[in-house]
Amino acid sequence: MRRSHASQLLASILVNAVYEMKNYPINLVNTVISPISFLLVIDFVSRGALIGQAIEGGLIMSMFQSGMSLQGDISHLKNDFKLQDMLVSSPASPSVYVLGMAASEVIYNIPALAVLVALGALYIHPGAIAALELTAALLLMFLTSITLGFMFATLSSDIVQSFAWSRLLTTIFTAITPVYYPITYIPLPFRYLAYLSPTTYIAELMQNTAGYLRLSAGAVATDWAVVVGLTLGLLVVVSRNARWKES
Amino acid sequence: MEGQLVTERLSKRYGSSGMALQDVSLSAPSSGIFALIGRNGAGKTTLVRILATELAPTSGRAWINGIDVVADDKRLRERIAIVPQEARTVAWMTPRQSTLTYLMWRGFPYGEAKRRADESLGRLRLDRFADRLNRTLSGGTKRKALAAMVLASEADIVFLDEPTTGLDPVSRREFWEILRELAKDRFIFLTTHYLEEAEQLADTLGVLGRGRLVAVGSVPSIRGRTRYQYSVKIPAGARVPEVSHGEVTTGKGGEVQILTDEDEAFAISRKLSVGGSRFSVSPVSLDDIFFQLVGEPTQEDAEAAQAPEGAT
Repeated sequence: MRRSHASQLLASILVNAVYEMKNYPINLVNTVISPISFLLVIDFVSRGALIGQAIEGGLIMSMFQSGMSLQGDISHLKNDFKLQDMLVSSPASPSVYVLGMAASEVIYNIPALAVLVALGALYIHPGAIAALELTAALLLMFLTSITLGFMFATLSSDIVQSFAWSRLLTTIFTAITPVYYPITYIPLPFRYLAYLSPTTYIAELMQNTAGYLRLSAGAVATDWAVVVGLTLGLLVVVSRNARWKES
Repeated sequence: MEGQLVTERLSKRYGSSGMALQDVSLSAPSSGIFALIGRNGAGKTTLVRILATELAPTSGRAWINGIDVVADDKRLRERIAIVPQEARTVAWMTPRQSTLTYLMWRGFPYGEAKRRADESLGRLRLDRFADRLNRTLSGGTKRKALAAMVLASEADIVFLDEPTTGLDPVSRREFWEILRELAKDRFIFLTTHYLEEAEQLADTLGVLGRGRLVAVGSVPSIRGRTRYQYSVKIPAGARVPEVSHGEVTTGKGGEVQILTDEDEAFAISRKLSVGGSRFSVSPVSLDDIFFQLVGEPTQEDAEAAQAPEGAT
């Protein structure tokens, strides 16, 4: 029998995005509201001065949240419904399954992304090159978070902890770190701590592209190198440690 | 080895917690229904998970229809499907959506998957529940929905790990019908706590005790190999005659059961008849055989028997 990878990909999207959105719309509202509520708070507090940074922060949070949600969702399907066990004992392809789950997270976030992109077009109005740079940075952010999410999912056997970790990491990496605001707002001794988070580098790159921050060419290159290096490193760790079946 | 399930000294050790499976060697037809029975912790789920390519054995080998379970797991996965012990239908989906997406994950194109899903749900008389959310369905209907998923697939080898645990007697019997239907053109490997279920369904029976295979064969052949083939039951309060050989046990209500051979059962019956006592004689049940092979139930077994659905 010829098996369709497109069909396998679509199955993950249907289960983890389309049917869930259709039958549990409240989850969708929650996904949209988190990045936008932070954006509004930053906008009000700064009296509109940081609206551009806040929109970029919302985009970063939305993409990071997508990756982290993968962790909770894979754990949920694996531990609560034993779906992964059913798929291991079938011709389903593990890589297509994970790819489909990752795609489903982006699709789930489309409403939030659509609102943020529309706001970005209004307030940041980047040129074509800048838009491409922003998109590349966000995709890299997504790849990093999805890799992190998948790594945690393979190690987790407790769904309550999975969701707690997902929320905790999203808060640490996107709300506390300088994602919604410039890094210069952090007092100097603590500024170095912010550089432990990959989201800081992405935010710097995006703020630089939009003109909210002036980085030297060397700093830009360093930021890209750090994020690309980290993502590649995580991919290697995940590919070595991810478990589809038990040994 | 086509048409055969074969295991050769299959063992599994989980970390430092000891051997879950020890040198399990068996050869049985890979057709009809193979029922695996055993106490809690006997290794049933471990054996199923190894055969279903979910778990790697510590040592030993296994083949189904000549396909090596470990070395050729990818090829075997083309032919197998499993409903794990604590599998549940995804809460936010309907039985139709669950079956459709399971088939799509197996690689069926959308149209073909939809046709097969509709057909399978119809065969299991789930049409009227097909578009309701899984979380609103009864326990029995949820189990049937899981069966519909594997029934709709092209798999000709199906593993079901305790598929009827927690179901009421009516739902359980309805589920047996589904299993008989599934077994018409598939090999079903099931584990169960219910000895009556194994007796009703199994073409081949395997008995596991503390990780070791204690017996394998058809129910009549296992019955023939046990030490005692007859059971004499005497109500509480009645005089129990002297038993020259056999096993005498007294139940909670005071009923006495004597497990013995045919000649002794006849001799005991004659003594009881002469004394005017009430009694019954029958071939040993699977329960009797099980306890002869594996031993008396432990406190853990008794607690598990009263545990809610899904507990093991």
